Amino acid sequence: MLLELSRVSKSFGPVEVLSEVDLAIDAGEVCALVGDNGAGKSTLVKCIAGIHAVDGGEIAVDGAPRDISGPRDAAALGIEVVYQDLALCDNLDIVENMFLGREKLHGVVLDDDAMEQLAAETLDGLAVRTIRNLRQNVASLSGGQRQTVAIAKAVLWNSRLVILDEPTAALGVAQTRQVLELIRRLADQGLAVLYISHNLNDVFAVADRIAALYLGRMAAVLDAADTTQSQVVELITSGRSGDLGLTEPNGARP
Amino acid sequence: MSTDVTNPPATESEPGALRAVADHVRGYFARVRSGEVGALPAVTGIVALCVFFGAADPVFLSVGNLANLFGQGAAVTCIAMGLVFVLVIGEIDLSAGYASGVCAALMAVVLTDLGMPWPVGIGVAVAAGVAIGLLLGVIVVKLGIPSFVVTLAAFLAFQGVVLIILKEGTNISIGNETVKAIAGGNLERWQGWALLVVTVGAYAALQLSRWRRRAGRGLVHDPLAVVCARIAALGALLTATVFLLNLERSANPQLVSLTGVPVVVVLLGALFVTGSFVLHRTRFGRHLYAVGGNPEAALRAGVAVDRVRIAAFVICSAMAAVGGIVAASRAASVDPNTGGSNVLLLSVGAAVIGGASLFGGKGSVRAALLGGAVVAIINNGMGLMGLSAGVRFGVTGAVLLLAAGVDAMSRGRGALFGRH
Repeated sequence: MLLELSRVSKSFGPVEVLSEVDLAIDAGEVCALVGDNGAGKSTLVKCIAGIHAVDGGEIAVDGAPRDISGPRDAAALGIEVVYQDLALCDNLDIVENMFLGREKLHGVVLDDDAMEQLAAETLDGLAVRTIRNLRQNVASLSGGQRQTVAIAKAVLWNSRLVILDEPTAALGVAQTRQVLELIRRLADQGLAVLYISHNLNDVFAVADRIAALYLGRMAAVLDAADTTQSQVVELITSGRSGDLGLTEPNGARP
Repeated sequence: MSTDVTNPPATESEPGALRAVADHVRGYFARVRSGEVGALPAVTGIVALCVFFGAADPVFLSVGNLANLFGQGAAVTCIAMGLVFVLVIGEIDLSAGYASGVCAALMAVVLTDLGMPWPVGIGVAVAAGVAIGLLLGVIVVKLGIPSFVVTLAAFLAFQGVVLIILKEGTNISIGNETVKAIAGGNLERWQGWALLVVTVGAYAALQLSRWRRRAGRGLVHDPLAVVCARIAALGALLTATVFLLNLERSANPQLVSLTGVPVVVVLLGALFVTGSFVLHRTRFGRHLYAVGGNPEAALRAGVAVDRVRIAAFVICSAMAAVGGIVAASRAASVDPNTGGSNVLLLSVGAAVIGGASLFGGKGSVRAALLGGAVVAIINNGMGLMGLSAGVRFGVTGAVLLLAAGVDAMSRGRGALFGRH
């Protein structure tokens, strides 16, 4: 397993946001993380990304327990997060955005040509056809193109696990499809993808497995192929569906 | 928002090289239409003002007045160049004018009262500028007080510091010939030509090697014809400037000869090249734009946002010190008004007229240079026309408003931010 969370817990003061969450993600698969508002999706992502320290349990990468205490630790392990609110600078162009904070240098001088070439290769590798001019400011891009740049930025760094926080929330139909296709290609290229979304149509379109959080606990992790939308909806809203999910109602421990 | 700035396909009838050039020109106009106006308004303004003032009074176009213009605009342009760094990160420094006064006053004390050699005087002034910038930057960044308020307080305080250094308003004259030569001296004729050859040669080498590198790597590159045209244009402009400045411009050549490129032109040129290099070719410069564009994104990308912002204030105040040195050199003295009255407002105006944005994320050293020229031309030309100071202030204000209007309008035209 590329990433394995076991019995991960996280509290903010007296509020237990995550309670003994287990989750495993393998290379080459898209794992969707679903759950209602406040179920703990964002907190879980931030724990993996090193923004929050976990209170209990452990995070293992390649089978070895790791102490991820900051975004840099996560990046060093090949974990990249694409945030919901598009962390791009409007006044910089595509290449400049993709290399922001990790610019290639030639002595003290920026090696813009090398960066442009690498950016072009990365976008080519992802079969991105919607962006032609790499030197246009990000402000002039459409929402889907911007999301594509943000995802390509995450892929550039030999990353192995890409976490996408609601990447299609603000997009139209056609653009959402572009981004979903891109997510599928990431997995086909051997990356692990953790995909957070509220939209179950999108989730079923792209995910191999679906992990449903309910009030900070992992209700179930299911193969998308053997699951129906209504089962997932029940897991999200009540933590159980038939014989799936948490054994006690309201997520109480058995 | 989805403005596509790639070139429209060229018609089939044009041969290859011509088509590449035509594409380039079309691409430029497409960018201008989409709001990336760049240097266009400032250059248009300079040309229009020169035509107007030249028609109103032929003296304006005389060689002597051309040399004068550089001297008159130099101090404000230096301060404006520094302000660009602060404007790019979306902050403002209202104290830059009086900071230049404090630094100039310190230099005058060191040179005249203490009788120290000129490198010490200039060193003290620049060091004071760095210290001032560090203080302002740390207060703004670490205490989180808006730069507008911090530098407004500093604006008042530094006014007092100048008075204290100058013992309640005495005037310290500067006798050091080297310092006076910064704003008053001229190069020998041959030095001007040598500098021209070196500058154009270096520019040509840089442009051509960049073109070859990008073409070799198969990256998008400007057509060779456009690159050559740029080199030729710079060469022609500088040759004309050096030729004119090398003419005799003394009113009484038998008595005292006055020729050559003013030293202050070399200083401005050096600051322009250095500043542009830092802004556009280094990691620090890239981070300045990122912080101005989206500080949150910069932080997440691993940019040391606090350090970058403090450094911008340090550069601004250090450049203000250089402006103060130039002003003191030109006046051959320092008084409580050095760096005072309208100096700060003209500097901010110069940066904005040239194309820097008060909203952050946009600006360049070239903007300060061009805007400084506009401000200097307005003051000089209207002075020659015998208009009162009141009218000059009014017109400068109107031009600043016009420039800010162009900025706001270009933001409304799709491309929210342009970098150059």
